[in-house]
Amino acid sequence: MSESMVQGSDGFAPLLDGYDPGGFFCELTTPRADGGREVRLIAERLAHLGVEELRRRARQIERSLYDLGVTFTVYSDANAIDRILPFDLVPRVLFAAEWAEIEAGIAQRVRALNLFLHDVYHDQHILKDGTIPPELVLKNANFRPEMVGIDLKHGTYIHICGVDLVRDEHGRFFVLEDNGRTPSGASYVIENRHAMLRVFPDLMADIGVRPVDNYGLKLQAAMGALAPAGVADPHVVLLSPGIYNSAYFEHVCLAREMGAWLVEGRDLVAIDDRIYMRTTAGLVPVHVIYRRINDDFLDPAVFRPDSALGVPGVMAAFRKGNVALANAIGTGVADDKAVYAYVPKIIRYYLGEDAILPNVETNICREPAALRYTLDNLDKLVVKPVGESGGYGLLVGPAATKPEIAAFRTQLERDPANYISQPTLKLSVAPTLTEAGIAPRHVDLRPFAITGETTWVLPGGLTRVALKQGSLVVNSSQGGGSKDTWVLA
Amino acid sequence: MSGTADLDPPGTDVRMRATLPARYGEAIFWLARYMERIENLARMLDVTESFARDDRGVGNWRSVAQINGDDALFHEKYPQASGADALRFYMLDGDNPTSIRFAMRAAYQNARTLRPLISTEMWAQINVFNKEIEGLVPADIAPSRLSGLCSRIKDGCHTHAGLIEATFYRDQGWYFYQLGKYLERADQATRLLDVHHHLLTVARDDLGADRSEWQILLRASAGYHAFRRVSPRGISLDAVVGFMLFDEAFPRSIRLCVRTVGSLLERLRQTYPMLRSTKPLECYDELDASLTRAVAPLIAAGLHDYLDLLQQQLGGLSNEITRAYFEV
Repeated sequence: MSESMVQGSDGFAPLLDGYDPGGFFCELTTPRADGGREVRLIAERLAHLGVEELRRRARQIERSLYDLGVTFTVYSDANAIDRILPFDLVPRVLFAAEWAEIEAGIAQRVRALNLFLHDVYHDQHILKDGTIPPELVLKNANFRPEMVGIDLKHGTYIHICGVDLVRDEHGRFFVLEDNGRTPSGASYVIENRHAMLRVFPDLMADIGVRPVDNYGLKLQAAMGALAPAGVADPHVVLLSPGIYNSAYFEHVCLAREMGAWLVEGRDLVAIDDRIYMRTTAGLVPVHVIYRRINDDFLDPAVFRPDSALGVPGVMAAFRKGNVALANAIGTGVADDKAVYAYVPKIIRYYLGEDAILPNVETNICREPAALRYTLDNLDKLVVKPVGESGGYGLLVGPAATKPEIAAFRTQLERDPANYISQPTLKLSVAPTLTEAGIAPRHVDLRPFAITGETTWVLPGGLTRVALKQGSLVVNSSQGGGSKDTWVLA
Repeated sequence: MSGTADLDPPGTDVRMRATLPARYGEAIFWLARYMERIENLARMLDVTESFARDDRGVGNWRSVAQINGDDALFHEKYPQASGADALRFYMLDGDNPTSIRFAMRAAYQNARTLRPLISTEMWAQINVFNKEIEGLVPADIAPSRLSGLCSRIKDGCHTHAGLIEATFYRDQGWYFYQLGKYLERADQATRLLDVHHHLLTVARDDLGADRSEWQILLRASAGYHAFRRVSPRGISLDAVVGFMLFDEAFPRSIRLCVRTVGSLLERLRQTYPMLRSTKPLECYDELDASLTRAVAPLIAAGLHDYLDLLQQQLGGLSNEITRAYFEV
């Protein structure tokens, strides 16, 4: 451990004694311009509790999350297993100045993406002048011709956005992915904080952590504002695929926090291009749908006819402006992994600004030069399919075996347009409770932004942590956990 | 009936309060029915096991199968039809719609649907309770452990009932819960009475010799001590049947359950005039009329037919409630 990296290392003893982030940037111990007092307090308090007490509390938290059913469902071999998202109780801390940069960067990004979507579904300037290859957008499976010419309030398509950020060894943040369809995870931000407050009331005292519990209010306000003109008392519902969906808990949590009904497709009905909810007292009009169902399944009359989850006729009601959808249909063309590479250009194009949060350098394998570079450097790169999420189907070159790389090479050569590649980042680490005591583990960050006329970013977001030593994969489906994220006031 | 008077502050008409998706209404109704069913099954299994052991052994398990009208399924799955088989059938067999395991799974599925609505405490308790029931293995229902298990199951149901009382927001959903609960309890009471009455009348001439049968009936309904107080000088068939059917104060008598349903329906109609309460209320009136009878002639005419009529009327009322409130 380089002494200069760790501030007041005496204060961290004995708990963080021997803690060595190696060459990585540490979210807690690498000194920043501000926040020294708070970091010292946290480290002292953790040290005072000791590893055994931390383990006891960790078990207590996991137990309570399990009992409360704060779980996601893993489907394998016809079995459905409710799992908690493993929770690490050492908080991830973001300093005020860092947060200000993230907040501004995300607001900028969401603004540009919304302008981009409006353009793509209207005059298509950005395609016509060749700034972005038109086929990349128009032939994209997530481009929805049904959206062309539809005007949305404030031109907002992405009302809820989750932007995945990572940090390199120098402490610079990069955007890894924009999630502008139906991003999940906000419920874990809320529940993780609840769990921390229950089990760790003594850790947060006198530190000044920005609250996260008004997310539901902000969401309800933003959704309500989308209601058609003339509706005085907008009725907002959250549309979920239902109890068998792996993210059902998240839907429950958000519906509760919003004070809105969680409904399934069968609870809604379209009559004369208006949407109604079936209630014990008959049909009641619905004005805004916060939908957690993908475009494909939303309206069997327009998209997949086999969808039993959607509401036949909702698209027609939406086109007529009788019901608002959040997020709008067709946003997937903006968070596509291939379009992602162009986002810095998109920001410059519409806002005339440089991106506050840079992209990770990306090679688009549909381009011959980029493909050649990728094939030559498979052992050094991360290669991702553009259409997948959840960390599936990707190659982490430095961690892969030779046969794995060879197999992937065949796949990539067969369908290069389906892939992008990026350098392996030296992801930042955060102190994490492990079997070997407190040790560094890689983390990322997914802040959540809510956008109506303007953008509000939930302070903090979901910190995901790769619990396996050395692992870079933070996805919950692949052994990742999460941490409470503290933004210092 | 307790807990339904003057609960609603006047003049509040928030949408969340006035509106209830029909699917939620139905899930609440069935959550209540299944939780009530679990409690009734646990009561019955507990006393049947404790009291059946002394002389007749297996014999009384037959009566349990008859209560639930699932004689056929039982004998098909368990040709030996031993006492242990019967216990397993009612405790652990997920294929048996009148087993605790089946009812718990159904209650849990309904609770999952209701998570956005019910209190966190209600949900967490059912979540944990369900895991306990799911975790039961045959060794847990060995004779030496059965009574303790039944007590824990009853405790689970009572904790649930307490959380309903203490934390469940009292809008329409609360009414549907109470309706489901009292309908189920009345229905279970008719079944319990039917089978035991059958066994009792066989020994009618000598009630003293069949005292254990009375005890099973009354203890399974937690009515034994109350009955002794009401009827301190002896036990007669008329008195026991009258107590189970018509007692105004016994919380598991059919009349008390049905009247509770009636006042719930009436209050629901008053508080939520936009609901279509007419049909269920008509149906209730018929049921209530059936409960204004003298005991002795009923027994003379054959109690089974009468109980059958009540069961049909209870089923009819349940269907009308479903049609009026949950089918849109």
